[in-house]
Amino acid sequence: MDEPLNLVLFSGTDDKLQAAAVLAAGAAALGKPVNIFLQYWALDAFRADRIALDHGLAPEAGPAGRAAVDALARAGQAPWAETMRQAKDLGAVDIQACSLSMDLLHLESTDLDPLVDGVEGVTAFYLNAGEGQVVFI
Amino acid sequence: MPVVEITQVVDARGLSCPMPIVKTAQACKGLPSGAALELVATDAGSIKDVAAWCRATGNELVEQTSDGAEYRFVIRRK
Repeated sequence: MDEPLNLVLFSGTDDKLQAAAVLAAGAAALGKPVNIFLQYWALDAFRADRIALDHGLAPEAGPAGRAAVDALARAGQAPWAETMRQAKDLGAVDIQACSLSMDLLHLESTDLDPLVDGVEGVTAFYLNAGEGQVVFI
Repeated sequence: MPVVEITQVVDARGLSCPMPIVKTAQACKGLPSGAALELVATDAGSIKDVAAWCRATGNELVEQTSDGAEYRFVIRRK
């Protein structure tokens, strides 16, 4: 239970980011440290000027999936960024931006939402990952 | 069944996973050792989640009841 949960977030749709936030929050509630590594479209979703926007859903959602997601939101489910914030309040959740993806997207750290703790490369991510699982979303 | 004094009620009705556990964990952090909280939830998944959380964190699940629609859990902080 002490090994960190390591989440590599690649996908930038709201459904996958919500799923990632649920995994992070669940681990944080159990006292498990969480290391998150933001790549590509997940990193893009964490931009300060984009984090609150609609990032759509994965193609397999279809219209029925969209309706289901909207219904859950109307029933009071928090947006994924809020779930992430709660996870950080609860436990040791570290969110790092992949430096390669920062270059890809031409981003500076000041472009990112305060949820992001820093920028690092894959080597640092693996070092912090220890013997914990690495999950790719 | 001895009456347990509840220091705090966590109302998670209408919230789905993981929020009942997140709110319980948050509330538990603020409790002194030995104090008890009561979680009220409507999410059926809470039953297994609460038991698992208590087992993993060492907090005691004192009591668990349900009236069908709502689930009530009394948890004592270790």
